Amino acid sequence: MNTYQLNHLRELESESIFVLREVAAQFENPVLLFSGGKDSILMVHLAVKAFHPAKIPFTLLHVDTGHNFQETIDYRDALVERIGANLIVGSVQEAIDNGMVREETGYNATRNYLQTAVLLDSLEKGKYDAALGGGRRDEEKARAKERFFSHRDEFGQWDPKNQRPELWNLFNGRKLYGEHFRVFPISNWTELDVWQYLAVENVELPSLYFAHEREVFKRDGMLLADSEVLPRRPEEKLEKKMVRCRTIGDITCTGVWESEASTLEDIIAEVSIARQTERGGRADDKRSETAMEDRKKQGYF
Amino acid sequence: MVNSLEHTELLRFTTAGSVDDGKSTLIGRLLYDSKSIFEDQYEAISQTSSKRGEVGVNLALLTDGLKAEREQGITIDVAYRYFATPKRKFIIADTPGHTQYTRNMVTGASTANVALILVDARHGVVEQTRRHSFIASLLQIPHLIVCINKMDLVDFSEETYEQIKEDFSTFSHRLDVKDVEFIPMSALLGDNVVEKSTNMDWYGGSTLLYALENVHIGSDNNFIDCRFPVQTVIRPYSDDYHDYRGYAGRVAGGVFKKGDDVMVLPSGFTSKIAKIDTYDGEIEEAYPPMSVTLLLEDDIDISRGDMIVRPNNQPDVTQDVEAMLCWFNERPLQPRGKYAIMHTTQEARCIIKDVRYRLDINTLHRDEDNKEVKMNDICRVQLRTTAPLLTDPYRKNRITGSIILIDEQTNETVAAGMII
Repeated sequence: MNTYQLNHLRELESESIFVLREVAAQFENPVLLFSGGKDSILMVHLAVKAFHPAKIPFTLLHVDTGHNFQETIDYRDALVERIGANLIVGSVQEAIDNGMVREETGYNATRNYLQTAVLLDSLEKGKYDAALGGGRRDEEKARAKERFFSHRDEFGQWDPKNQRPELWNLFNGRKLYGEHFRVFPISNWTELDVWQYLAVENVELPSLYFAHEREVFKRDGMLLADSEVLPRRPEEKLEKKMVRCRTIGDITCTGVWESEASTLEDIIAEVSIARQTERGGRADDKRSETAMEDRKKQGYF
Repeated sequence: MVNSLEHTELLRFTTAGSVDDGKSTLIGRLLYDSKSIFEDQYEAISQTSSKRGEVGVNLALLTDGLKAEREQGITIDVAYRYFATPKRKFIIADTPGHTQYTRNMVTGASTANVALILVDARHGVVEQTRRHSFIASLLQIPHLIVCINKMDLVDFSEETYEQIKEDFSTFSHRLDVKDVEFIPMSALLGDNVVEKSTNMDWYGGSTLLYALENVHIGSDNNFIDCRFPVQTVIRPYSDDYHDYRGYAGRVAGGVFKKGDDVMVLPSGFTSKIAKIDTYDGEIEEAYPPMSVTLLLEDDIDISRGDMIVRPNNQPDVTQDVEAMLCWFNERPLQPRGKYAIMHTTQEARCIIKDVRYRLDINTLHRDEDNKEVKMNDICRVQLRTTAPLLTDPYRKNRITGSIILIDEQTNETVAAGMII
């Protein structure tokens, strides 16, 4: 490697910073969708780097299902405080209370689907014209087709068959009034890249990502965390296990994995030899073969 | 673990071809043999395959992500796939190969270091081979690897391989490609993809994975002509950084060093680089494709769309642009039509003054009579812009030499262009 060659992590970093700066330059009122998961943590970290020493020019928007792990909320609040960002919370509970959406019922009930309506509502209320998301193309097959700058119509819909071609580093963010963009600065990162980079950069992460003892039970081959929002069937028995999360979403659909990985180095070692995709633990993806595409078309993250 | 990865390079390559060439099988093989397919993914596609009554596991389902693609068994859009070896991380832009998808091929090719051209050994160099190779040359992909696939179906014949090599070279003389490598393989059986073939002792070259891991990409960027398109100006307005005024951008060419004399275009003002700043601290030099912030010694009015260069090495400052265009939109090119144009971080408007010719990408014939440019056509045009652009020929720099045209009514990206 000659001296003028970036390694892959630095090249990905540079690409993401470029995209984040394009968003700041091309849009009037961009917002960063923060979930508390490692991908949105990475995105915030990259945004801080992109605009240093100025503050990040994005408001943070968290769509809170009300079924989040407490660790996620604590981490979020500390982060917002540290970087001096402005946080807006879109509450699914509130949307249920005021009748905008109706709660699913039954054992596999999740508020995952309700998030879309709350997200679109929050975007509309705040008049945001671009929403930065931490989606990656390696996550899921519909996401593999996603652009960096992804156009959404006035209903927030994604039209995968009619996407704008995206060439070189020319990103077309033009839109009509009422339309918006979803922008995915870390499109080209893989799960392993994210972990390696977070380790190299020494980024602090929520404790859920590291192995800890927790009461869990098994459903459809996945381990789920014990929680009052997750009613168990009689045959679903609680067990104490050492587990960690590979992705963090709402409690009702985030599977946990048996793991002893207690440091970032352990996690990297684990991920490099993993034989299951990280979303293999996401119940929301398992509803049908094209569950993600269907949700994305409606305006999901 | 972390340290060893500090030396991993990123390589982007594009594959073009139809299912019949064995493209999906080849990608499937690369991913499978490099252990990049996960069990649940494999399980899911194997279930879908058997649900559809297919024999064996259809690896094409890995890349066909959209419902419509799965239903029709075709690839509509560019799909990005990722895999890594200890030496490199790879990004595959997998594009469909049919004529009507030229625009996807162009899209995938725009950022690629390497193009894989698939040739079915039974059929040799066909129209599609020529089309892919031409696009790779038009988009200036630095390296071509011609994968002569399905060698098992021609008895691993050296003669066939040599013949295809010769046919390809005869035709590629007319193209602008610098580095071409030929590899005989069988993606289905795995010969010369990751493992060296035992059926072709006559072949002394490398396997595909070895070639991808070792092709020299260190010179793919332009390290000579300094170009820094300004994306945005960073002004913290805080007490600690009261007078801070940084120009944020990604180096598009050359090596910028602290203390260098620089000129700002289009204004022509000169200054020196006071500091190259990053979040991790000041650095001594910046080169492509680094994203940095430049601070200059003098207070000059600089904004997005301006370019910082060296005084003795400047791009063209022009409102008249000659370019090869690839047309993307269902609505044909409007002669004398007006479009928005994006070039580096600059936006302007332009008029298509003249269509010089339309190019038949199969025969490379320049058609000067029928100049109606429709979707997936390639043509040469003369443009006049409302503001001067700071351009280099695309051959010299893929960043400062590229443009896109946008329909001002629909906001769709209707064409991509390479400046001549």
